[in-house]
Amino acid sequence: MTQSTSRFPIIRTAGLDGMLVTFSDALSESSNRATLAFGAAVKASGWSGVAEVSTSLASVFLRFDRTVLRHEALETLLWELLEQQDWQQAALPGGRRLWRVPTVFGTDLAPQLSEAADAAGMSETQAIESLGSARVRVLTIGFAPGQPYLGPLGAEWNLPRQTELTPQVPTGALVLAISQFVLFATTAPTGWRHVGQTGFRGFQLGRPEPIALRPGDEMIFTPVSRSDYDRFCLEDSHFGGASHEEIPA
Amino acid sequence: MSGLKVLRIGPLASIQDQGRPGQLQQGVSCGGAADLLALAEGAALLRQDAHLAALEMAGIGGLFEATGPLRIALTGAPMQASLDGESLAWNASHQVQAGQKLEIGAARKGLYGYLHLGGGIASEVLLGARAVHVMSGLGSPVAVGDLLPCGADRGREVGLGLVAEDRFQGGALRIVEGFQSDLFTAEVRARFADTAFKRGSRANRMGVEMISDGAGFSAAGQLNILSEVILPGDVQMTGDGKPFVLLREAQTTGGYPRIGTVLPCDLSKVAQAQAGMDLQFVWVTLDEGLAIQARHDAMVKALPSACKPLLRDPAMMQDLLSFQLVSGVVSAEADPFESGDIT
Repeated sequence: MTQSTSRFPIIRTAGLDGMLVTFSDALSESSNRATLAFGAAVKASGWSGVAEVSTSLASVFLRFDRTVLRHEALETLLWELLEQQDWQQAALPGGRRLWRVPTVFGTDLAPQLSEAADAAGMSETQAIESLGSARVRVLTIGFAPGQPYLGPLGAEWNLPRQTELTPQVPTGALVLAISQFVLFATTAPTGWRHVGQTGFRGFQLGRPEPIALRPGDEMIFTPVSRSDYDRFCLEDSHFGGASHEEIPA
Repeated sequence: MSGLKVLRIGPLASIQDQGRPGQLQQGVSCGGAADLLALAEGAALLRQDAHLAALEMAGIGGLFEATGPLRIALTGAPMQASLDGESLAWNASHQVQAGQKLEIGAARKGLYGYLHLGGGIASEVLLGARAVHVMSGLGSPVAVGDLLPCGADRGREVGLGLVAEDRFQGGALRIVEGFQSDLFTAEVRARFADTAFKRGSRANRMGVEMISDGAGFSAAGQLNILSEVILPGDVQMTGDGKPFVLLREAQTTGGYPRIGTVLPCDLSKVAQAQAGMDLQFVWVTLDEGLAIQARHDAMVKALPSACKPLLRDPAMMQDLLSFQLVSGVVSAEADPFESGDIT
């Protein structure tokens, strides 16, 4: 089903057995808030036939059993739920946590800080001050297990992706583009700029909770010296000295 | 515990099952066998559950030694196969005795061949499945010296064969429009279906490149699209407008736009196409797609009743009296092979 994208929210199909509810075609605090709250509300509804609910930056995806639930019926359920409240004003889900992660900005550990600072029109010191004090939210987890997209950062950090891929960044790399961070949960190539390095492992097989972060969690990447970073990593091979606390509802 | 010891193995052979549905929210894509139909065929031949794990072999097999008696089945891309030098039928189930050596060679057509064990391969369960997903850090390819252990096998029956759907020659891929299709103009979508594609050389379990002459297929505002959920079957256009059909091991989100989604029942055809094979896309409506997929699902459900004892020349059978020549099992299910409607 093809619909005009001029008015949000919109509901569209995804493949044969998916439905997508989109709140915006651009990233904003309120559309991500709507996405997280509406995704939680769909899960809480417990509709028969819904096999999976997941959120991305500004939309909620549902996969369903087409032998149990027809497209038209699901669409009706979704519109009824959408009309129940202004989702852009919804409260964030409960059980969120604030993580503080010791981070080395720049140096040979994160070699693209100066380039990113230049592009944003700042000195390196100003860039560390800006990025190291930003409190960002886990907007979505995606691409690879446990890997968060974090933001939004200020408009000065709305830097385009690189034209060339960096062949590989290590696990724990903090990379930046389009007013967002990604904190790598694995080693991978990237078109984003590597500005910080952490000892944070977002995905650890064999732990009771292999995936550390949940959408809606918040993070602060606290600048530390190289020697403090080394010590944190030595003492805490899982999270590199990161701490977390509950965010009161 | 019976099992197969790996004496020699091709690169990129891995243990696969139906993957890990339901974990997109955590960044975990479904993954699982590149050719799901082959998994179902192996399960039908061994009279066991289609959720059990099998060995997926990419283009070439290996040499295995049985550590105890066990049953096997061979499905997917047909490969040369022999047991202690005696050649084995493909798309069939066989008995293997302790110490016997199973040799599987190169694919004669297609790409992914499957070796199933009675009871399934009982490897370690990681995040709810045995499927190896290397990019995600879940397991690793099978290596020389590994043991593929059998799970508990309640079955006894072997010597069944199956006429497998030929999905190894490329051909038409039916595709439905999705939530990003209208980023492409109607003209681009029509030209996409009019284009003769060949499978490119860039391909793995994540996705397969499609190459063609002429202009690429780009979307409006291609570079400003918000990253969005990715589904297996999505046809994603890279920066230069070159299509990739994403397979089950695709990443969970992506920013390059998708023109549509290939029906799940046609994805085996994509995975099994060798480089250079002809493929083209055929738009179908959502209702048509649902009907086609429903017929395919019914065919898969009826696979157990489509498995028949392998035909052998009675003159060659020294132990004729030990065979049960008439099976008492008749399925009440309709046989889609009879209607000729094998979509």
